Amino acid sequence: MRVVVQSGRFDAGAEVSAFSAAARGAGAVVSFTGLVRDEGGRLSAMEIEHYPGMTEKAISAMVEEAARRWALVDALVIHRHGRLGPGEAIMMVATAALHRGEAFAAAEFLMDYLKSRAPFWKKEIGVDGAEWVAARDADEDALKRW
Amino acid sequence: MIEVLYFAWVRERIGLPRERIETGAATVAGLVEELRAREDRYAAAFADLSSLRVALDQELADFDAPLAGVREVAFFPPMTGG
Repeated sequence: MRVVVQSGRFDAGAEVSAFSAAARGAGAVVSFTGLVRDEGGRLSAMEIEHYPGMTEKAISAMVEEAARRWALVDALVIHRHGRLGPGEAIMMVATAALHRGEAFAAAEFLMDYLKSRAPFWKKEIGVDGAEWVAARDADEDALKRW
Repeated sequence: MIEVLYFAWVRERIGLPRERIETGAATVAGLVEELRAREDRYAAAFADLSSLRVALDQELADFDAPLAGVREVAFFPPMTGG
């Protein structure tokens, strides 16, 4: 299990390849990569603030919880902070399990929790001003299914 | 002394990322009352607690949670990760 919080870019393809190669015995690898939307050209950058220390702890706790619920061979979370441009990868999740059902479920669980329980705050820097992204009720509701 | 951290628009409204505070408050809500009474910028930041979250020693907590033994309190808006 690996949790990485960094400001620099990452290569999602290379990460999935390395993750899959190391996941001995797994029959399924699921990965998700979140990108900065360009909002139809209105977004010039995304600034992501986080809470150093708590971020790593909170994500590690999510990964441990996922490993308790599903028989995971391995899991990986990479999440960036700082200033990102449109199209850049913000974060990725990868899960490895014997079968795809567990890998998909664990990846969705991690995504849902990362959305509203990992201490990150996004600010959209637009061509006509900057604005903090508001949390969505749908993201909070998504946690109820777990 | 307790370390108080602010993030995102809470940090912007108050105008600083962290400060050390001497408090006699028994709970988070008590600390919020003390902060609100300080200056307008604090009152503005803490105007609506339903739009705020709190962490005690880097664990999410409730506003009625006790402060005894706590070293670090953080106030922030609902998180928007992922």
